[in-house]
Parts: sequence; structure tokens; C-alpha cells
Amino acid sequence: MRLPVMSYFIDRRLNPKGKSLANRQRFLRRARAQIRESVQKSLKEAGVADIGKDRKVRISTKGTKEPRFRLDPKAGGERDFVLPGNKEFVPGDEIRKPRWGEDGGRGKEAADSGDGEDDFEFTMTQDEILQIFFEDLELPNLVRTSLKETPRKSWRRAGLTTSGPPTQINLVRTMRNAFGRRLALKRPRAADIEILQARLDALERVTLQTEETRSEILALKEELARAIARRKWIAFIDPVDVRFNAFAEQPVPASRAVMFCLMDVSGSMGEREKDLAKRFYMLLHLFLKRRYDRVDIVFVRHTHDAQEVDEHEFFYSRQSGGTIVSSALEKMLEIQKERYTTADWNIYAAQASDGYTQSGDARHCAEMLNGEIMPLCQYYAYIEILDEREMEVFANEDSGAELWRAYRTVSALWPNFATKRIARPSDIFPVFHELFKKSEIA
Amino acid sequence: MGGSPLFTEQEWDFPSLDRVYREIEKIAVEDLKLDVYPSQIEIISSEQMLDAYSSLGMPLMYSHWSFGKLFAREEQLYRHGYSALAYEIVINSSPCISYLLEENTMTMQALVIAHAAFGHNHFFKNNYLFRQWTNAEGILDYLAFAKRYISACEDRHGRAEVEAVLDSAHALMEHGVFRYRRPPKPSKERVLEKRRRRMEHEEESRNELWRTLPAGIDPPAAPPTIDPEEDFGSEMKLPEENILYLLEKYSPGLRPWQRELIRIVRSLAQYFYPQRQTKVMNEGCATFVHHTIMHMLYDRGLITEGSLLEFLHSHTGVIYQPDFNDPRWNGFNPYALGFGMMADIRRICETPSAEDRDWFPQIAGSQDWMGALSDAWANYRDESFIEQFLSPRLMREFRLFELHDKAGDESCRVSAIHDESGYRRIRSSLARQYDVGLTDPNIQVADADLKGNRKLRLVHLMHRGIPLHAKTRDLVCTHLERLWGHEVVLEEADGGQ
Repeated sequence: MRLPVMSYFIDRRLNPKGKSLANRQRFLRRARAQIRESVQKSLKEAGVADIGKDRKVRISTKGTKEPRFRLDPKAGGERDFVLPGNKEFVPGDEIRKPRWGEDGGRGKEAADSGDGEDDFEFTMTQDEILQIFFEDLELPNLVRTSLKETPRKSWRRAGLTTSGPPTQINLVRTMRNAFGRRLALKRPRAADIEILQARLDALERVTLQTEETRSEILALKEELARAIARRKWIAFIDPVDVRFNAFAEQPVPASRAVMFCLMDVSGSMGEREKDLAKRFYMLLHLFLKRRYDRVDIVFVRHTHDAQEVDEHEFFYSRQSGGTIVSSALEKMLEIQKERYTTADWNIYAAQASDGYTQSGDARHCAEMLNGEIMPLCQYYAYIEILDEREMEVFANEDSGAELWRAYRTVSALWPNFATKRIARPSDIFPVFHELFKKSEIA
Repeated sequence: MGGSPLFTEQEWDFPSLDRVYREIEKIAVEDLKLDVYPSQIEIISSEQMLDAYSSLGMPLMYSHWSFGKLFAREEQLYRHGYSALAYEIVINSSPCISYLLEENTMTMQALVIAHAAFGHNHFFKNNYLFRQWTNAEGILDYLAFAKRYISACEDRHGRAEVEAVLDSAHALMEHGVFRYRRPPKPSKERVLEKRRRRMEHEEESRNELWRTLPAGIDPPAAPPTIDPEEDFGSEMKLPEENILYLLEKYSPGLRPWQRELIRIVRSLAQYFYPQRQTKVMNEGCATFVHHTIMHMLYDRGLITEGSLLEFLHSHTGVIYQPDFNDPRWNGFNPYALGFGMMADIRRICETPSAEDRDWFPQIAGSQDWMGALSDAWANYRDESFIEQFLSPRLMREFRLFELHDKAGDESCRVSAIHDESGYRRIRSSLARQYDVGLTDPNIQVADADLKGNRKLRLVHLMHRGIPLHAKTRDLVCTHLERLWGHEVVLEEADGGQ
């Protein structure tokens, strides 16, 4: 019996994955506010090294709610429902309602959230998190510096050309041209030749050939020969058909920038303070790496004297000593003079300290800033790390330790000098966000 | 019965799949007399299975953030082992597409082919709800159109605008179906005629609906659902239960493309509506079919004893029904109830007891269990199926009991159990539990003052006094107002018993 059903198997496993990536991006954009809140919270617990790793995110469904009309049997009315698994009940028995609703299956919907949807957890990649984190941040006052050095170039599509390397053949255009040419020149198709051949064969098989058939055979042979020759002359693809994708070089205006990270690691900075400072720089580091591929970062740490260190040293090594903040500023100036001329570079600095320095040094710092550093800098951020008790004492922006007060005078003079205080891990992101908000100080 | 096993390896490969498919097909078509669409079986990876989950099981779907949310949720559950992936997904289309997970063993692939490519497939092709309300041939074309159309709208009108309309339409999706009206399928001529009139109209007026379709995208000739009153501008008939339909046709402020978006959501809602009404039957049918076929394969020596045991292990897991006070309780398991009832029908046909002869005189002892089941699969939905075929014996097996619950009371009262005086009551009560018309709130548009202040008045006809959940009601009403463009009021009214 012939079965009426036909079937076939298709192996889809090699099909492109990530079909729902577009939907995921839409969802992340939609839940942005919740995600940001949640990541910020989880940053509090994360170690320095964990910042910017893939992480689990737990968000509330606020903002991504999908409400539907539904019944609320708790609010009124009556109903009957059937359940399986009776062991002891007889008609007339009373069963106390459990707290979360009678019908266990619908228990969740009766929960306090009231919308029948729980918070939920999912994993985000580092990229996705940073994208959301840094999306509306930028380095303020970034200007194009003079392009003494050969400017950077990038390749840009520039239409089609008739010559190029074989890897850049544009097949679609090439085939289209070839097809048009074949049509125009009436190149016989393989099928046409087959038809001629078949007719010829049929005629030749006729045993008793009349004059008529013989002449027809001759004509056919001639026609066939012509067609075959024509196919030979008129190539399937001719060199004139071939097109190549063209690319043109385009200079990209370079705006080069350097970020000086100045961190106090002296004895007065406890582990907690150092940790906070490091988290701040970690965030800054990620931000710059992600957004500006041409930003140099210079790490300077100081106790009573300052050293330039590499990234690893900066974040992970321990060192201790007295405190002279101005030593870091001097170091910064020294490096700047040596390597980063203002003509070519946008100069930024971020400084973190607990605000304590040798007496008299604060004034010296302020002088250096006013006199030498601020004229060079596009932006200078000072972050003071306090403990929570101090934060209460210094609730007023104007009161503070010596360095703070000195720096307040600097910020009064320079609009591109910002001062902020951090006492808790949860302060880091808001402060960071405020410091690098898009185009505030223009 | 002779025959050597079709496969002995644990791992599957395409030649064995093919052999197994042919044998299963033979049993399904010749012995069980199943009537199916042509099958297309696709092997997919677990990641693709997750992708399929998040597009409502369809092979293609328009883009929307809610699908991304679904994916994130499912992925997390899967990666953390809270939920296993389905072995298969099957789509009501012609050809009927079944997705098989690559991680399945050969035995599982055989089970899944029997389950999806024959069980579900037969149900889709034969059940009256699917025949009447969905167009298996057209659905994939329609989805392709929807996807293209929506992305063109996004380019043209902005993603936020499109998203806003879709959000609102999704919120009303359950109220975008015709429940009772049964329109005739329009003939090909009528469709063409409609098109022609549309073209004419387009020439006459610049405000016409189809003019603003982005260039090059025509709605497909046969959308999956058919409207009773297609003609634009006809008189509004009230009350109207299909809220999305009313909005699409009569909402005063919507632009044509927005109406088309609502129509897409509405068409999908209507397409999925039969599935919502036949969960128990659909899964029961598929489970019963795979159970029968796997046993027949074994009886004919086509699968090994090891395979049979592996199959039984998985099968018993699938049809396990936890008790109401079990921590695993999550409502009735449609596989358990459906399979239980269908296996019971076979038993009643083959070896009925005196009680069965009392309750099911037409089929008891008839021996033609396949006939009885085919009839049930074709002509019933969950509610009527349970009302008709749930036997006292099965009620005892499930130890069913009924609770009466009144809001505000401290406790529920047991009103019936699985005994002589309770059978009929429990059966009807369970059937009503599967009546989507009762479990979905019954909301109708009562009045739309198009000439005056354009206020839209909706009424929720309460069933036995159960009101809407207040918080979500207000949220959905906000969406409704967005689509209507004017004030919307929703009243609770007594809808009787």
C-alpha cells in the first residue's frame, strides 16, 4: 500500500543561533531602569575583580509588566473547583484556607505582588551590563586635538569597481551583469541546444530518409553548430561583467585623551577606603576602555611620594606610608610634560583620597591645581572617601577636612573641576554617573 | 511477531530516524487509521529550542520585548536545572512541523515522532475547533507577513510607537477572539472581490486602510482567521465580546497601520484560541497515540526491551499527577488527565464493567475503541469531552473531590467526593473548570458613544459574583484607553450563575 503521508527530516542544528537576540536587546532596553538598579545593588557585594563580569541580575517586573484581565476569587463571589488526591475528606468537611490561596496551582498569583508575576532572575553578559551602565556617559569637554601625527584611518565602503582582489568579488552584481549580457547577445541556453540535439537525433534515427528530412538534418546540424559556437564566443561570465566591492580609506579625526588616576594608598586610608577607591577606578577603567579605544590611562599611586604603576599594581598591590597629596600632582605634571603635550592630548584626571594630608600640603595642592594643572586639564574629578560617620558630620558641602576645603576653592574658580564624596559602595555609581554625565559642562 | 529491532544504539542518526519514522507511519496510518498533514521533522539544538519557546513555539514571529523577557526567564530556569526542555514542539501548520531536540536518545526520538508528528498532527487536522478556526496552510505565510509588516512599521513610525500599540494589544489578547460566532469561510471569489473593491477604494480616497502599507508588503490572501463582518464601516454591533476587533474597526483615532497591528495580534489570538480550549485533549491524544504505537513497535519486535523500559520510564514521568497537597502540585496535569481518560475509553470499549455499561451504553463493549476515540478527538473540546467521558472509575483513580469556596470565608467546604452521590457533580464541575468561556473574564463592550463624547463603556459580567482583580484591571484599562483614545469605563455587573 502506498502511504499517503510524506515526510522529511531537516537538520536545523547548524542554522544561525541567537534568533531571539533582537528580542533580548529590546527587553534589556525596556527593563533598563530595573537592571541598572539591580546591578548597582549587586556591585555593592562584588569584589573589585568581579566588577564587569557576567553576572546574574534579579529584576522586578516593573516596567516589563504584561497585565491581563483576570478574576480575583478572593475579592468576592463563590466558586467550586475539583482537586485530585482525596484521602480523608467526606462531603461537609471544612478545610481551612491556606494563606497563599486555596488553589495551590494559582498560589503565586495571589501573592502580595498582586500582579501575578514574580521578580525574576537572568544572566547578563559583561557587555550588556556595561552597555546599560555607560550608555549616557561621556568624557566631558573632549575636543579634537591638532592632528600632528598621521590621523587614524578607517575603511569605508565605496561602491563597486571593475578591478580588485578575488576575495572582494561582488557575486550578485557580477552575475546580474553577466545575465544581462547573455540576454542581450542572445547566448543560447544549454536547454536550447539540447532541444536541437534531440530533434537532430530523432531525425537521424529515421531509417528511410527523404530528401526533405536530409535537408532538415543539414539545416539542424548547421544551426546546432552555430549555437554551440555562439555559446563558446559568448562566455557565461565575461571579464567585463566582473565587479568588485570597493573600499576607500577615510581619515578619522582623532581625539586623543589621557586619564590620570591618582590614588592615595597611605596608611590613613583603611582597607575599606582603598576598596572604595579601587572600585571607583575600576569603573572608570572599564568605562574608558569600552567607550574610548584611544584613551591612555596613567596610574599614579602615592603615599608620601608618588609612583607611576601599571594596572595590576594599581588595583592589587598593597603599600602603605605617610601622606603627601601634592607628590601625586607633581608626578602627574612630570608625566604630562614628558609624554602628553596639551596640543595633542585631552587631559583628564581623577583623584581619590580620604582627604587627609600633611598639614600645609592642602594649600600647596590647591596652588598647584590653580596655577599649573587646571589650565591643562579638560576635566578634573576629585573623589573624597569618607566613612559613614564622617559623611553625616560633613553633610554640608562646605565643611570638610583640610584638603576638601582647599579643593572647594579650586572648584569655585574652575567649572571643570568637580568634587564628590563617597562613603558607601552604593554611592559609587551615582557619583560616577554624575561626574561623567553627557555634556553638562560645555 | 518477528522483525528485528530498528535500532539498538542509544544515539540516534538519520538513517535510524528514517526507518523508525516509516514503521511508526505504517502503524499510525494502517492500524490506527490516523489522518495527518504531511510532516516535516526538524532536529534542533537546545538553544534553538529556547528560541522557539520564546516565540510562542512558532518558527517565526515578529520582534517584541516580551519575547525577550520570556527567553531570559526560560533560559535561566533551564540553565539552573529548574526545568527541563520539552522534548518536542509541534506547530499546527501544513506541513506539520515538529521540532525534535538533538539531545534525545533514539528511543526518545521514536516516542517524540509518534507523539508529535502523528498524535498532535492528527488532532490538529481533525478536531473541529482547529478545522473551523485556524488555517494551517496559511499560518506561516501570515506570520512572515506580520514580521515584515511590523519591522517596516518600526522603520517608518519608530520602534517606540509600534511597541506601544503592540503592548496594548497584547494586554487585550485574550479578548481578541470570537468565541461563539462561526463565520463561513469566504470563497476565493469573495476574497478577490474584496481585494478589487479595496483597490477601487484606494483610488478614490487617500485615507484608505491599505494605502499606508509600506510598499511591497501585501497582506497575504488568506489570513488565518476570517471575520464575520469584514466590510469596513459597517454598523457597530453591540454588545461586542471581541474587544480588539472593535478597536480595530471603530477606534476613532487610530491610524491605518495601527489598526493592522491590532489585527495581527487578534489573528494570532484567534489562532491560539483552539489550543487553549483543548489542552487536555491535545496532549491526551498525543500521549495516547505514542503509548499505543510504542507498545505496538515492541510487540512487533521493532524495539528492544531496553527501549521499552526507557520509554515507560519517561512516559510515567510525563503522566504523573501529584496530589493537591503535594509540594509538586501545579494544577491538573493535562497529560495525565487526557491520557487517563483516553486509556479509559479504550478499556470501556474492550472490557467494560457493569458500571461502565450504565454510564456509557453507546461505547461500552463495542470493541471499536479507535472509532470512539476518533470521534472524541474530532468533535469535542476539553469541557465537553470531560462532561461526556470522565468515568466514575477514573474519578476514583484520581480520588477527585470538589471544594466550595466563598470569598471571605475562613475555610472551604468539601461539597462532593468520588462516590455515588458525587460523580455527576464532580464531572460537571471539572468540565466547567476547562471551559475557557468561564475561566476567562466575560467582558463585553456595551456602549461606544461615537457621536458624542466617545466614551467606551465595558461591562464585566461576573460569573457567580467573582470580580476582576482590581490592580490589573486598571492597568489593562490604561492600555485600552491608549488604543481607544478616549475615556474608557469598566463596570462590574451580575452575570448570573
